Amino acid sequence: MAVDPLIELRDVNKHFGELHVLQDIDLTVGKGEVVVVIGPSGSGKSTLCRAINRLETIESGTITLDGQPLPEEGRALARMRAEVGMVFQSFNLFAHKTVLENVSLAQTKVRGRKKADADRRSRELLDRVGLSAHADKYPAQLSGGQQQRVAIARALAMDPKALLFDEPTSALDPEMINEVLEVMQQLAREGMTMIVVTHEMGFARSAANRVVFMADGRIVEDRSPEEFFTAPRSERAKDFLSKILKH
Amino acid sequence: MNVLTDNFAIYAEGFLGTVELTVYASLLALALGFLMASFRVAPVASLRAFGTVWVTVLRNTPLTLLFFAVLLGLPRFGLVLPFQAFAVLALGCYTSAFICEALRSGINTVPRGQGEAARSLGMTFAQTLGVIVLPQAFRSVIPPVGSTLIALAKNSAIAGAFSVTELLGTYKTLSELGYNIIWTFVWIAVGYLIITLAISALFNLLERKWGVAR
Repeated sequence: MAVDPLIELRDVNKHFGELHVLQDIDLTVGKGEVVVVIGPSGSGKSTLCRAINRLETIESGTITLDGQPLPEEGRALARMRAEVGMVFQSFNLFAHKTVLENVSLAQTKVRGRKKADADRRSRELLDRVGLSAHADKYPAQLSGGQQQRVAIARALAMDPKALLFDEPTSALDPEMINEVLEVMQQLAREGMTMIVVTHEMGFARSAANRVVFMADGRIVEDRSPEEFFTAPRSERAKDFLSKILKH
Repeated sequence: MNVLTDNFAIYAEGFLGTVELTVYASLLALALGFLMASFRVAPVASLRAFGTVWVTVLRNTPLTLLFFAVLLGLPRFGLVLPFQAFAVLALGCYTSAFICEALRSGINTVPRGQGEAARSLGMTFAQTLGVIVLPQAFRSVIPPVGSTLIALAKNSAIAGAFSVTELLGTYKTLSELGYNIIWTFVWIAVGYLIITLAISALFNLLERKWGVAR
């Protein structure tokens, strides 16, 4: 898809001590594109995802959002982060706030919306992820799948330009994975720009525009899901797929 | 036994002196401790360094030495305050180092993901700390902060050596008046007990209301 690039990474490098976790990463994600990042654990895919939100710093290279380079620190970085939603493996809902407060908080604190407006918007979004009945509960009272759907609603409440998903279903019981994937499928259909780090191959096949396969800190393949799953080019990807698709 | 009833006014004055020192120094220690804990987790390296130096210097200086430094040192730089204010300054700064570390250990009990989620939503450092991290840290720091303030109440006795009116210092007057030293000290101890048990009660109350539910 040769559309407007929204997120661009150029020559990005990062080490964790001895481990070269990101090696010369080049990646462009266009507006409205859904890019699924897969790969064995330790391949750097989560780090890649977190680096785009600057939860991980990078040592060299550039990351731009909508043509703007990622600011180093401070308010400029905070403003940029408000434009990119992030959904975590461990949900990270604010434990001391109700579901409604979780979704409304950043709208009032960061976007400067009035509380009533923020709450109205939050209820719309909770309704959309099927959780309007749980608005006054605390996160600990919800199941994992419900918590993750609240986390998606919380990210959406900022009206982000793109959403990053860092293994959003890896901490969930199998029966709760689908309720989260359905919400993500719906977002993909609506044209949200998404980068999804996941092990859900079904989701990658059905929702992704592109599959990025990472191994040992490098992007090994970057192709359409159809091509990737039926005819992977690299030995590394063939090996990976043969292991996970066996059962 | 009648040392208390005969000299109630002296005891009361000393008791109030200790209460005042404790309350003012506690407020100062909490405010400074809060500030220094924020510094120690700040993204700015110079603030972190400042917080570390503050804690290291104050926590490792004997309190009596700190009293000397403040009461004799500061006037040389032209800062002249009543002795009680100097005592509050010394006690408050000293205790703030301990409060800072208690708060910081509380901050460390809050999962990393909470702060990351807040930052990923575009909250600033101050918002992340103030709205997300500290309210959750608060629950687990109630007991250690209580202990630190009890220690402060007892440490305030050092101020008596620098002619600040406080509870322990009353023994000098009373022993000069010829009262039994044992009973004098018993009543002084009871006075401290009232203050420290009051602090314990306050923190038990806080813990019941805000503490971590188990």
